[in-house]
Amino acid sequence: MSVAPLLDVRGFSVFYDHFQAVHEVDVTVAAGEIVSIIGANGAGKSSFLKALVRQAGRSTGTASFEGLDLSRYSTPEIVKLGVGLVPEGRKLFSSLTVRENLWLGWELGRQGAITLDTVYEWFPVLSERRNQRARELSGGQQQMVALGRALLTNPKLLLCDEISLGLAPRVVNELYAIIPAARDRGLGIIVVEQDISKSLSVADRFYCFLEGEVSLTGRPRDVNRESIMQHYFGS
Amino acid sequence: MQTIFNLLVQGVLIGGLYALFALGLSLSLGVMRFVNLAHGDFIVLASFAVMAAASPLGWSPFLVGLILTPAAFGVGYLLQRYLLQRTVGKGILPILLVTFGLSIIIQNGLLETFGPNTRKLSGGAIEIAAARLGFIDIGYYPLAVFLVAVGLIAGLEFVLYRTAVGARIRAVADDPAAADLIGLTSARIYPIAMGIIAVTMMISATCMSVWTNFDPSIGPSRLLAAFEAVVLGGLGSLWGTLVGGILIGVAQNFGSQIDASWQVLAQHLVFLVALVLRPNGLFAKG
Repeated sequence: MSVAPLLDVRGFSVFYDHFQAVHEVDVTVAAGEIVSIIGANGAGKSSFLKALVRQAGRSTGTASFEGLDLSRYSTPEIVKLGVGLVPEGRKLFSSLTVRENLWLGWELGRQGAITLDTVYEWFPVLSERRNQRARELSGGQQQMVALGRALLTNPKLLLCDEISLGLAPRVVNELYAIIPAARDRGLGIIVVEQDISKSLSVADRFYCFLEGEVSLTGRPRDVNRESIMQHYFGS
Repeated sequence: MQTIFNLLVQGVLIGGLYALFALGLSLSLGVMRFVNLAHGDFIVLASFAVMAAASPLGWSPFLVGLILTPAAFGVGYLLQRYLLQRTVGKGILPILLVTFGLSIIIQNGLLETFGPNTRKLSGGAIEIAAARLGFIDIGYYPLAVFLVAVGLIAGLEFVLYRTAVGARIRAVADDPAAADLIGLTSARIYPIAMGIIAVTMMISATCMSVWTNFDPSIGPSRLLAAFEAVVLGGLGSLWGTLVGGILIGVAQNFGSQIDASWQVLAQHLVFLVALVLRPNGLFAKG
């Protein structure tokens, strides 16, 4: 007997006025699974993620989370259903302290097993800087706050949009060390990335987007790098 | 020397009243990041409301102000929820136009209802009671108003920086779109903030209606003084707004010693000089 996926997206397209950024893609994510969406700049992967949570574009097709049609909910309602977001550009509350940013995630979320202490354990530097304003942190530390804040909502599904963008490799490693730890707590996770190797290193399955379509999908260990590169760049 | 010191002390005490005028504007400008052009008119409207309720009943304006404070919260909440919220996220112009329209409606509504006459409410014996400290006379009422301003600022600081609702207000003010991403709906938070602002307006209106004259058309000049206090103190800083109010009060007092016409001119000159020296105000918060 197959278990229904946590997220089940069918024939999903995204439009910006007359421009179609995503063309009828099918994507599924199960609980306790990391799914990576890779693709070059402009492949439509961020548009896909933003449209899922009603943050960008107009979409057609179906996106069902635990059997609920996401198109019927606003972004805050989707978050309350149990979808955590780590947006591109972090979107922290810059004048609030680290602790306040994290605490808002906890207070507005589902208040489960992931607590402020859990996040401080994962990112000790945030505990040291908890009384500093978010804008006073480095880019990597800000990304830790964004990831920690989303995790503190205790989501069932976590959506991460380009969390490695512009960060030093050491910081990216720290961030990516947490993704499997979150998966092991039963979260379904989508990681959208341009960085293929980092993204695939944690993924259970992946989708490669090319010009708004799924050009390749599978398990990282089943597909050779050459094939991935071919479907990544389309040549 | 005694005169100078006396002017300074009286100026500081008047500054408490100016700070009270400006607190609501400081919250809307510095925390919620929008300009309410009807701010002064709302204060005048609240003063007339106190007068309309106090006069027929013969009650103290302070008691009436206290009773009307929860109602003020409700009016502010509903105003934001059903009118001002429609302008959020649509740039600076819609909120300016809507509040400008409200300003005109309030002024003309008050003129039609109460006429153009200047009014003042009686606060009783406290208005003229004073203590003499050495060579300085300190009026009990100005001192009480100053302490109300200090207490209100302390209370607002506590709400904004030490409570859950305060963190939510600051988060939404910081970035409404980012607030959406963690399930925080700005449409539910802004009305609470506006309710709090309306409470400061009611307290300010009650104090003003006993301290000085008011009439339906005086709102814009109240707005100007409030603007200057907020900008002098620095956007986002409530204690800065108190300092801004004090600077205006002191400048007016010293200006009036030169000539009566210099009272307001000195206020504006101090504002302009401070703006040149510290364009972000004295205690601006980001």
